[in-house]
Amino acid sequence: MMLLQAPRFTQQSMLDPAGTKAGSIHDFWHFLIITSTVVTAIVFLTLFVALARRRRTADPEAPGEQRSLTRWVGASVAATLVIIVTFLFLDFRLGRALAIPTQRTPLRVNVIGHQWWWEFQYPDSATPGNWISTANELHIPVGRPVILRMSAQDVIHSFWVPNLAGKKDLIPGHETETWIEADSAGIYRGQCAEFCGLQHAKMAMLVIAEPERQFEQWALAARGQALAPADSVARAGQQVFLTGGCSVCHAIGGTMAGGTVGPNLTHFGSRLTIAAASLPNTRGNLGGWIVDPQRVKPGSYMPPNALEPDQLQALLAYLEGLK
Amino acid sequence: MTTATPRVETILEPELDVELDRVWRSRPGFIGWLTTTDHKSIAKRYVATAFIFFLLAGLEAATMRAQLSRPENGILGPDTYNQFFTMHGTTMMFLFAVPVMIGVGLYLVPLMVGARNVAFPRANAMGYWVYLIGGVLIYGGFFVNSGPDAGWFAYVPLSGPAFSPGKRVDIWAQMITFTEIAALIAAVVQITTIFKMRAPGMSLNRVPIMVWTTLVVAFMIMFAMPAVATASLFLAMDRLISTHFFNPAEGGDALLWQHLFWFFGHPEVYIMFLPGTGIISSLLPAFTRRPVFGYPALVLSVIATGFIAFGLWVHHMFATPLPQLGQSFFTAASALVAIPNGIQIFCWIATIWSGRPIFRTPLLFTIGSIIIFVIGGMTGIMIASVPFDSQVHDTYFIVAHFHYVILGGVVFPLFAGFYYWWPKVTGRLLSETAGKWNFWLMFIGVNTTFFPMHQLGMEGMPRRVYTYLEGTGWGDLNLVASIGAVIIFSSVVVFLANVAWSLRRGRVAGANPWGAESLEWATSSPPQSYNFRNTPVVAGRAPVWESGGELPVMTGLARDRQQVLLTTVLDAEPDSRHDHPGHTIWPFVVAVTIGIFFIVLIFTPWGMPIGTVLGFIAYARYVWPKKRHDPSVIELPRSVPPAEVPR
Repeated sequence: MMLLQAPRFTQQSMLDPAGTKAGSIHDFWHFLIITSTVVTAIVFLTLFVALARRRRTADPEAPGEQRSLTRWVGASVAATLVIIVTFLFLDFRLGRALAIPTQRTPLRVNVIGHQWWWEFQYPDSATPGNWISTANELHIPVGRPVILRMSAQDVIHSFWVPNLAGKKDLIPGHETETWIEADSAGIYRGQCAEFCGLQHAKMAMLVIAEPERQFEQWALAARGQALAPADSVARAGQQVFLTGGCSVCHAIGGTMAGGTVGPNLTHFGSRLTIAAASLPNTRGNLGGWIVDPQRVKPGSYMPPNALEPDQLQALLAYLEGLK
Repeated sequence: MTTATPRVETILEPELDVELDRVWRSRPGFIGWLTTTDHKSIAKRYVATAFIFFLLAGLEAATMRAQLSRPENGILGPDTYNQFFTMHGTTMMFLFAVPVMIGVGLYLVPLMVGARNVAFPRANAMGYWVYLIGGVLIYGGFFVNSGPDAGWFAYVPLSGPAFSPGKRVDIWAQMITFTEIAALIAAVVQITTIFKMRAPGMSLNRVPIMVWTTLVVAFMIMFAMPAVATASLFLAMDRLISTHFFNPAEGGDALLWQHLFWFFGHPEVYIMFLPGTGIISSLLPAFTRRPVFGYPALVLSVIATGFIAFGLWVHHMFATPLPQLGQSFFTAASALVAIPNGIQIFCWIATIWSGRPIFRTPLLFTIGSIIIFVIGGMTGIMIASVPFDSQVHDTYFIVAHFHYVILGGVVFPLFAGFYYWWPKVTGRLLSETAGKWNFWLMFIGVNTTFFPMHQLGMEGMPRRVYTYLEGTGWGDLNLVASIGAVIIFSSVVVFLANVAWSLRRGRVAGANPWGAESLEWATSSPPQSYNFRNTPVVAGRAPVWESGGELPVMTGLARDRQQVLLTTVLDAEPDSRHDHPGHTIWPFVVAVTIGIFFIVLIFTPWGMPIGTVLGFIAYARYVWPKKRHDPSVIELPRSVPPAEVPR
């Protein structure tokens, strides 16, 4: 499987950049931290000397002393102004450089924020009805800019993958846009950055950056319909899915299930995580999630499902087979 | 009526004290507690109430730190955690930081300008009651599990009717209304007191810097509060009577809330912080034995900050869609506010440099304040950058940044001021030993708690999360931060013990224990109900130092009723005399009717008619002319020009 070839998981951090934008911001951060450390050190040093130094003049308000203080304060203000103007110059330059991607044809993906999961749609398919709709795992090609057109269905969310780029809000009633680009293949974790209610803490996602060829393979597979159940257990699981209420909220391409409230599960078995990147996609985690989602994510809109053990096992077998 | 000729002499009449106290003192007992219009009583109440809210918000923070001390912890669930962080922010901003500074200002300003009371003393009393009702309301809701849970910023649509059903956010919105009313009243009171009630000779260029900061902040409140008043009114209407100001499905706009809220919210930061700088500028002379360096630069910096503060609000919205040019404008304004703030810090360091520092607790807290505030200021300039902010916005980096700013700019100066003025307020000194423990524990605790949060934010930890996964690697630094919170907690315990000890056993302070220079030290500790036996006359910026002990005074105010002197705005020349209404229950009653209006409105629209009728009746009684009414404004002859007042 191509996912097994997907490279290392990178720790979520803006200090370990793996994308064009995050890289430039990280360079700017070096300027910021060095400058501010030097300035802070000078201020603190002056303060400590001022507190500890031996006094020479008897009268602190002597005209000579006042003049000298005025000169020093004036020089400090001038130095501050120079630093700030330099800062503004570098910042404006960086801001404009990062505004729009310049090279190569970008990939376009729609991002839709939901309480509390991410929906990703890949609209540039030849057949308009055959978009990829996936959840919580954003596949992108390495070295190619990806323009994200973002909207929110319920409340404000914010898309943020620190290793790749800064954040942008998803605002109901406004369509927002940002772009990301990965320099190297890897799995980058991101997380909603705007408080969005009970499960804001567990509204995460993975960005899976793969070489162009692998990405195309993934997209081809993702555009297809769901695999038919492989055996009788999985067939029974499909029946549980279609008759047990799951399909009210979830869609599986190629079946009757067409719900749009929750994530599209057409290729669910190939996902690395469940519950918005809160748990690894293992049989045990998935079973626990289906039976009692409120234990994993209290407040989640997914209801508990009282299933007989054999029904649950069948359902799990079916879902795992949706590669 | 006596035609008063200001006389320049010290009058020592034993019966004068008795007469003045009879006229000015509050009535005894519980009824006196409800009726007093003495600015000192009301200010002490503001500070004590705000401090109780500070302790509550601190306990909320401590509980959150316990929850976050390790990954996937189970002390607080998401629902409780969201109420806790919303209450922590709301309490600290609306019920602690602004009211406590209002309280400090209300206590000190009349004493610093040599007045007998504040202007509009009844409105002043009413403001406190309205504030108290707001605070009790929101904590009442919190204790019955109806605490607000949409954040102190209450972004729509999350705080709107669709995503926050129930009464939680309604209670929050009404509490905002109460604190707005209280803050606006205090602003009007302060502006009028400062412009019209200064001691003769205290021209604007001699006004203590603390008074300047209070004045600038009062004007900022008048311009900032209407924005949040509008916003919270719109929100309440969306929630209670189904308007659609913020509902995008019906043509409303979610970003409208953010603009209105931050147009208030950013100036709010300076409303909290400027009085802190005023405190530092006011106490530095006593602990460096020289007047503060650069008085004109400091005053102009405070005023400049007040103006620039209104041009920064969009930097709270750098993750929303904005045009490039707009971003640049707000980046530039946000970075340039460092200039006036830098000037203040440079002037303080220059004061220390050329003075002779005396290492008492107020100076320690001042030094701590400068250190912590400078760190917060540095990160403040960093996040003025849109690209950098796009990474750290809404992360623990921001939590670290603004806690450094607010602790350095508000809490440390407040503690410095507390140790400094406590002897004035109570007549007793606080323990220096305990004060030093208080300082060091606070300083170490604050840095241990908040410094690691910079790193956590850059490692991707968002704000307002009730938990985090083990694999994120955020556990260790969060544990360090939580240990820091324990240190801060122990510091506050030392502080409370110090206060309790001082009230019983503290050394008696005397009028001027620090040998300070401004007018509040020219009267007894604690001050009499009438503040000053005779109105002092001022001839410079450091009246106590310049007068060499005995201050020149003027006489001519009535002794048989509460009468105050009004002076001119620029030069503080005696202008007229004005009778104050004295102690009365009606401000309290009006505040209660305002409370009925807004609290009943949460549950039924009948709150409006009921509250209006009751409020009208109470207010009519409040303003009803007294039977034996003396004409309140009498022209006075102009006083001796200040220059002619002998030292």
